[in-house]
Amino acid sequence: MSLHVDDLRVYYRTVHGDVQALDGVTFTVEDGEIMGVAGESGCGKTTLSKSLIRLDGRMRHIGGTVELDGSVLPLEDDRAMNRFRFTDVSIIPQYAMSAMNPIRKIGTMMRELLESRGVDFKQLRPELERRLELVGLSRDVLTMFPIELSGGMKQRTVMVLSTLLNPSLLIADEVTSALDVSTQRAVAETMAEFRDREFVTSLIFVTHDVSLVYQIADTIMVMYAGKLAEKAPADTLVKQPRHPYTQQLISSLPEVGVRYEEQQLAGIPGTPPGLLDPPGGCRFRARCPLAFDKCVEEPPFVEIEPGHSVACWKAM
Amino acid sequence: MLTVDRVSKVYRTGAFGTNQLTAVQDVSFDINPGEVVSLIGESGSGKTTIGKMVLRLASITSGTITLDGVDISTYRGRGLKNYYRHVQGVFQDPFSSFNPIFKADRVFAMLKGQYFSSMGRDAWQHKVEAALDAVRLDPAAVVNKYPHQLSGGQLQRLLIARALLLDIKVLVADEIISMLDASTRIDVLNLLAELKADGLGILFVTHDLALGNYISDKTVILQKGVMVETGETTAVFTDPQHPYTQQLLASVPRLDRRWQK
Repeated sequence: MSLHVDDLRVYYRTVHGDVQALDGVTFTVEDGEIMGVAGESGCGKTTLSKSLIRLDGRMRHIGGTVELDGSVLPLEDDRAMNRFRFTDVSIIPQYAMSAMNPIRKIGTMMRELLESRGVDFKQLRPELERRLELVGLSRDVLTMFPIELSGGMKQRTVMVLSTLLNPSLLIADEVTSALDVSTQRAVAETMAEFRDREFVTSLIFVTHDVSLVYQIADTIMVMYAGKLAEKAPADTLVKQPRHPYTQQLISSLPEVGVRYEEQQLAGIPGTPPGLLDPPGGCRFRARCPLAFDKCVEEPPFVEIEPGHSVACWKAM
Repeated sequence: MLTVDRVSKVYRTGAFGTNQLTAVQDVSFDINPGEVVSLIGESGSGKTTIGKMVLRLASITSGTITLDGVDISTYRGRGLKNYYRHVQGVFQDPFSSFNPIFKADRVFAMLKGQYFSSMGRDAWQHKVEAALDAVRLDPAAVVNKYPHQLSGGQLQRLLIARALLLDIKVLVADEIISMLDASTRIDVLNLLAELKADGLGILFVTHDLALGNYISDKTVILQKGVMVETGETTAVFTDPQHPYTQQLLASVPRLDRRWQK
């Protein structure tokens, strides 16, 4: 029944005040959709992915709702969220390599984890072995320690474990960032296959790499300084972006085949604003070549074409 | 100018160094003035080890590296210090390259103490400003700041400026833009291209094929310490001969087409 996030605000509490890391984010992920979330460091993409499953001690849910398959997730109540974790919402963390207990054999660790959720490990074991095989791992990994596996193998083991209970929503946070190109491709393709086989209903794929997310995502959402900049079907976002930030970001990416002698790419001058006390209005305006008077007012995130939403006065 | 000739590196691992690990095997290439050579490989391919050997941070097991015809492994003491006048490195993580409790421009002061102790204050100031200008940094924005107050791109440029203060011929750039944001990394890359135009030789170590293609003249593809393909960048990228290179190129995510099944 899909995921609806409505005006979600999550701030970090610090001694200097609140860091407005996620400030009014509204979007929907349909069943069977792979949504890519792209953005630079500090844009709030990891805050978004963490908010949907577990707020850590510094994070504060300020407002907004998250509705998954018809039920509202109790974000601020850590215990009540437990009912949803792993079965409804699951995450593959950024450093899956260090997500496993180093002193437990992988099988033992999985058994303990499943039993803590009241799931019978023996009953699930054939399915577990089938899925390990699907990602190209032998069942022997269950008798190994994490240190015996390579980075890509650990990543795939965690992927199988996170999706074992067929969650409705899977969040993959920078899962491919620490991997080599060929492993990266294998991991990303496996994620898409998990969706095709309906191990997960929908997937949020968070990354800083637009070209990677373009390979597997149906829609891509670009974030900037804690807000949404643009969301569109993958092809539209890459080929006809409307937000000046997306346009500049995409044109600054060196692609295979582009050489300095032939075509000099340009970066975006300036740096993103601090989120402790962010400027009012459009947060990109200080770096934006198209900024005009109206940009001191905050642009709403509106749909300009079916499925294509932008937060920019110039795009409306 | 800098020639790497059949260089190998064997690390001893395990208890008492009983195991041997060949990190680099028979690698040869050379860098001429105004030329960028990129070393491309996945993790464990030995690309960083080669950079370290050029910088004399790791010993060479066999083979030779020569700068202007002189074997660099013979340098000791004053000679080594003089070698570092010509060859400098910048590394991956700008945030851990600086001491967080000192101001970032202290890297310049340390250099002055070592290499330019007789230079007058005004002349030095002038030289630093020229170097900052060459890396497109505004002195007011970076001088007297602590590392945490500067962005990753600014810190990397400070380190490049520090290298430029010396009379460098070769810069070893080891994954220098991997940790930077997409919108700023291209500026650092363009800066390297400008320095190259001024005659600097650059050893550009990266795992990212697109970056290597963008900037380099020659490309060396490494797999597990062995050179599998080398040549002009345009040739390697448009007509890769080795199956490993072909596989790497097929895996690179691109915006103009999706992966073929």
